Amino acid sequence: MTRSWSRAALGAALVAALAALAGCGGGGGASSSAPGVTKTSVTIGSHQPLTGPAAPGYSEIAPASKAFFAYVNAHGGINGRKINYIYKDDGYNPTNTVAVTRQLVLQSKVFAIFNGLGTPTHTKVVQFLNAEKVPDLFVASGCPCWDGAKYPETFGWQTNYQIEGKILGDYLKQHFAGKKIGVFYQDDDFGQGGLAGIKQQVGDQVVSAQPYQPGNTNVAPQITAIQKAGAQVLVDFTVPAYTALGQLTSFKLGYKPQLVVSNVGIDPTTVGGLLKAFSKGKAGTALIEGALTDGYLPSPTDTSNPWIALFKQVHDQYDASAPFDGNVEFGMAAAYTFAQALKAAGKDLTRESLVKAVEKGGFAGPGVVPVRYSPTQHGGYGGVQLAKVANGKLVTFGSPLVTDPGSGPIQPYNGQQPSPADGGIVGG
Amino acid sequence: MRRLRPRLPEQTLLRHLLLAALFALVLYVVSLELSPFDNLRLASIAYYFVALAGLTVLTGLGGQISLGHGALMAIGAYAAVILISRSGWALVPALAGATVVTAVAGTLVGVVAARLRGPYLAGATLALAVGLPGLADKYPHAFGGENGLTVDPPIPPSSLGAAFPLERWEAWIACGAALVAFVMLAGLVRGRMGRALRAVRDDEVAAALAGIDVARTHVLAFVVSAACAGLAGGAFVAVTQLAAPGAFQLALSLSLLTGIVLGGLGSLWGALWGAIALVLLPSWSDRLAHSLSLSDNVRSNLPLALYGLALIGVMVLAPSGIQGLVRRLGRRIRGLSELIRRLARGGGADVVPNRTEESA
Repeated sequence: MTRSWSRAALGAALVAALAALAGCGGGGGASSSAPGVTKTSVTIGSHQPLTGPAAPGYSEIAPASKAFFAYVNAHGGINGRKINYIYKDDGYNPTNTVAVTRQLVLQSKVFAIFNGLGTPTHTKVVQFLNAEKVPDLFVASGCPCWDGAKYPETFGWQTNYQIEGKILGDYLKQHFAGKKIGVFYQDDDFGQGGLAGIKQQVGDQVVSAQPYQPGNTNVAPQITAIQKAGAQVLVDFTVPAYTALGQLTSFKLGYKPQLVVSNVGIDPTTVGGLLKAFSKGKAGTALIEGALTDGYLPSPTDTSNPWIALFKQVHDQYDASAPFDGNVEFGMAAAYTFAQALKAAGKDLTRESLVKAVEKGGFAGPGVVPVRYSPTQHGGYGGVQLAKVANGKLVTFGSPLVTDPGSGPIQPYNGQQPSPADGGIVGG
Repeated sequence: MRRLRPRLPEQTLLRHLLLAALFALVLYVVSLELSPFDNLRLASIAYYFVALAGLTVLTGLGGQISLGHGALMAIGAYAAVILISRSGWALVPALAGATVVTAVAGTLVGVVAARLRGPYLAGATLALAVGLPGLADKYPHAFGGENGLTVDPPIPPSSLGAAFPLERWEAWIACGAALVAFVMLAGLVRGRMGRALRAVRDDEVAAALAGIDVARTHVLAFVVSAACAGLAGGAFVAVTQLAAPGAFQLALSLSLLTGIVLGGLGSLWGALWGAIALVLLPSWSDRLAHSLSLSDNVRSNLPLALYGLALIGVMVLAPSGIQGLVRRLGRRIRGLSELIRRLARGGGADVVPNRTEESA
């Protein structure tokens, strides 16, 4: 008797609860041309590692982008629209990436996803974003996955890891001929892409390639294996936290190879800070002094560069609590490219018009090499400029180099870098 | 109440099937009304329900604790992904396969678990929760490492129309799994095994004297609950298209346990309330963190702190969980309606509420 009664009551309660759930989700319907777009605003979203293993350094990126958008908005926005940037923490955990990205698209109804960070993370939402036809611009990952036009809505931005590995490998072939090379890499498309590029150039010199899983902080087995193999050059395809862990481990083992690090994991301010934190103040940038690396943006310490001057000005005004380093520069430069794309998409903004505008390409900006956007190529910057860590700062040398991920030649790029005023986004 | 009774058939299975059909109808209507995002939440509630229902049979009825159910869900999820993407199975057989694989794994754990009691059992299952996801990192070629394994999203049948939202289809799949789990478990709980479980929980010696094989009952409970965890893991894959170690960390196992206690131990309704709490609490805490503009480090840990607080609150205020509260409320209403009826009939003031026996 009791049971049937309470069951009926509970059934009713269940219906009520679900109906309440239905109530929360309604509304938010914009009557404009596309989701997230009104006459005066455009709302975009992103997944970012604000906590977790990739947070050191990378957590500065989204606030920097937001600061740059605030600056653009203060100057009238783009085509009369203010950019509203919502970024959510995924902790560099692919499961969370899936959840927050779906929330951004389905609940917050963002117009586009911008600068979603990470290879292991973003690869889990690419299919969803393309199925929903949400522009997925300027992924913060150099994974070769975004190259070509396999995903019609997705565009890379930073230099493809394979291109980077190829250029670094070519430099090693010329200047470290016959030396044994060890590779320490993140075990996903990021590290594997970089390793493929290195192997393409100096495969016969690689004596040991050791992967790590982000989250597992003991890297002694990998570094020991590389040391035992007698590598004189250590190439890192690592995020900043693992560059620091690797160097501290090498230091403890008394292992001092020539260090070469992907541009992803070398920002001296970030890595120096991490080294200091991990060693409780005993170590610092000295452990990465002399490291070879590369970059597709000007060095953040090069204050004579007009882009750095602009970004520093925006930083001081809107994002002063963060250190001005490579991560902040990255966030602002990506935001600048996004502003360019929005402008090119024109006043009648739709998801299609934005994607068309990016495919038209031709965005010259803060990069030292051109972007490769076209209807058949969605990859970002096509090359890098080599650099070295000297006195704790990134110093570029030689001319910027461009190539493709395949067997194409590596060529110097001598085009002129435009000044911010030429873009007509701000201050023009 | 008396009016309702004759309409529900006496036979347990038939009654549960009818109830499930009723739920299916309600869920169908609700899923048509929900926005895609809320359908996704509904799907999450459904797969959490499956896991919690299994766990509540083990812990609430059987009296065995498990801190390792997140790991069992991981087994189900990886099994489903591998069956779908590498062996090319369809979704429903893959879900069944995931259930069977996890049940087999659960048998192994159960045999060990049947020899352990209290804190030792908690410790052993805790080790499972901590250690098992590490296998994915240990064998990256088989399990994709931290990157995880993915499958393509399930495609709604073309008969539903081209514009049928994926999220609603995912909600249907997960709710289907939940209904299957409900029918199976409800029958089990009401039947011989449920009685054996309760007897063993309350007094092992007395149960053994009554002819119940205690060890066998313990193992069986573990197998059933592992099978549910496996089905939940499979449904998780159908909804998120992903199996990665990051989804099955220790926090998941702990929040599953929190869920059944919050909802009300030992009852399937409790599992439902627990599942709703597990899905809605994090989004409330996110909103709370946002409105208080807390730092990201605090924000990402707030849901766990809230679970803890809610758990303490429930233990102090309503030791039998949300379901206990609901039951008490139902009794209150029943008492009141009885009173009104008697008063209307012109009965005296010496009304004694019609107490019925405590139902489990």
